[in-house]
Amino acid sequence: MRRCRMSAPALPLPVEIVGRSEEAAGIFTLHLRLPTPEQRAVYCFLPGQFNMLYLPAVGEVPISLSSDPEDEILGHTVRSAGRVTRALARLQPGEYLGVRGPYGRGWPLQEAGGRDVVIVTGGLGCAPVLAVVHYVLRRRKSFGRLVVIQGVKHSRDLLWPQAYQEWARQPDTQVLVAADAGEPLWPWHVGSAIPLIEQAVFDTDHALAMLCGPEGMMVAAARALAARGLAESAIYLSMERNMQCAVGLCGHCQLGGKFVCRDGPVFRYPEVKFLLERGGL
Amino acid sequence: MSVPAFLPRPQLQRVFDALQHLGYRIVGPVARDGALVYEDITSASELPWGVAARQDAGSFRLEAGAGERCFAWANGPQALKPLVFAPVEPLWRMERKGAGFEVRMTQATCRPTAVIGVRACDLAALALQDRHFLGGLHADAHYAGRREDLLLIAVNCTHPAATCFCASTGDGPQVSRGFDLALTELDEGYTVAVGSPPGEKLLALLAPAPATADQLERERAALHRAAAAQTRGLPGRQLRDVLMARLDHPRWQEVAERCLACGNCTAVCPTCFCHAEIESASLDGATSLHLREWDSCFGERHGYIHGKQLRPGTRERYRQWLVHKLATWHDQYGRSGCVGCGRCITWCPAAIDLTEEAAALCAGAA
Repeated sequence: MRRCRMSAPALPLPVEIVGRSEEAAGIFTLHLRLPTPEQRAVYCFLPGQFNMLYLPAVGEVPISLSSDPEDEILGHTVRSAGRVTRALARLQPGEYLGVRGPYGRGWPLQEAGGRDVVIVTGGLGCAPVLAVVHYVLRRRKSFGRLVVIQGVKHSRDLLWPQAYQEWARQPDTQVLVAADAGEPLWPWHVGSAIPLIEQAVFDTDHALAMLCGPEGMMVAAARALAARGLAESAIYLSMERNMQCAVGLCGHCQLGGKFVCRDGPVFRYPEVKFLLERGGL
Repeated sequence: MSVPAFLPRPQLQRVFDALQHLGYRIVGPVARDGALVYEDITSASELPWGVAARQDAGSFRLEAGAGERCFAWANGPQALKPLVFAPVEPLWRMERKGAGFEVRMTQATCRPTAVIGVRACDLAALALQDRHFLGGLHADAHYAGRREDLLLIAVNCTHPAATCFCASTGDGPQVSRGFDLALTELDEGYTVAVGSPPGEKLLALLAPAPATADQLERERAALHRAAAAQTRGLPGRQLRDVLMARLDHPRWQEVAERCLACGNCTAVCPTCFCHAEIESASLDGATSLHLREWDSCFGERHGYIHGKQLRPGTRERYRQWLVHKLATWHDQYGRSGCVGCGRCITWCPAAIDLTEEAAALCAGAA
């Protein structure tokens, strides 16, 4: 894997939108291509890292990279939720936005090589961890088993439902999905996703877990994984905080003494366990 | 370092003359609007001669001081922070070009600036802000531009306020590092110590006489008295573990009922670094400035994340401010973020006293 270095941390670089795909209601992916071959050669990232996307005259927002690190086109999957993302939702191919990044610490994919990978996600907006699913499936032989556990509130909240069926057919791959409330013909579990961790098949001595979702869900998932015998140091999670500068200066993303933008957003569970279990910090 | 020198009081103007000769803009304390503020001055006559300041929790009053001194007070609401970490400043300017746009960094043009009257607490705070803005992987160019060519003429504190507790944090009342020249005000003039090569160069222009043994003894005694006069203090310099173990202490709720969440404490705190980034667009949207401005962990936007407040109430916000300042700052920068200047006590409209809160929260800890 290429060693990543920061490309343009101080100023946003104007970048053309070369494609756009609709993922679900209010969720879309912007495909961006850096302007010059030199910039494309220098820019590299790990899934789990993020860029600051800048919409001129509107503002900036941190968005994780959802494309494969070896693709030249950078994908950002965005949920239209706030002032800036609602404006991003109106952008079309041919228009420009600013990019600075990549920032933060990504998923430990090098460390995960050869091991079983257990992914537990909750709710919407888990693009950072879906990028890992694609990453592993694309390099299937470099990893052990892949277990994907996804929980949603309502069955209709499951984005890309066909993708889960498709992953479930892959070799050495297990997919467990749960909705707190299901519709008729919902093929998966009804209830919390946390008890499904019981059913996950993986080698606790040679596995790595990656969690993404609401903080309470991640704490519950980490406890369930630890109860299965997985070392807490083999559990990673991605934190979400208000990030404005992305370089550990503006102070908004502080979690205890951590700056989530710089020290995270991906943390080893023991690094943030105390703070997460407490909540309200 | 050379032997401390002595400048008779009438010669203080020569410091100004020498600074101007070297091309410095001079910033110093002025009594204005009932407070002591740091602003551009050109002559020693503008300093607050004969002024004293009485400070207490929630109170700052200028008074006539005894004698003919100009530094016979502790501090005003702010000193160095706005000079290096500007309250509002543009980070970049955007201009639309065809289908795309251009972004250019905006950089304030900074004249070499000399600040006269810098206190030990402010130097300690500046060292912390330097570490925050310049010490990481991404040194902040805007801060760096203002910090460069800053000449610091410190004044040892001989008249601490009732709110001061720098002796307890170990940051004062005497300056120890980070200054170019350090003065101590005596009845007849100023002892002058050199702290850096630029300070030495400046002092050489003044060609002063060495301080006498009697003057140095009176300086020592004055600084000793200034430390001994401080009645407030923190219960320790390392409160991290105690506070982190007491995040559910009932005192957080109790203080939240008094706190107005106005953010005054964070505005006057010389180490608070939080800032918001905001986009200020022209009416037609053809250009915009991307600004940063001071932000406060007491405000609505600080802990906001798509439709949710991470710290919804004053209890959580006060806890964030105090726990960051006294506990998690240790994780970030290896020491507490409090330098004992007492400003958050003086300028709190509800007279909340950080030292009193810390004592209540840490009471009974071994």
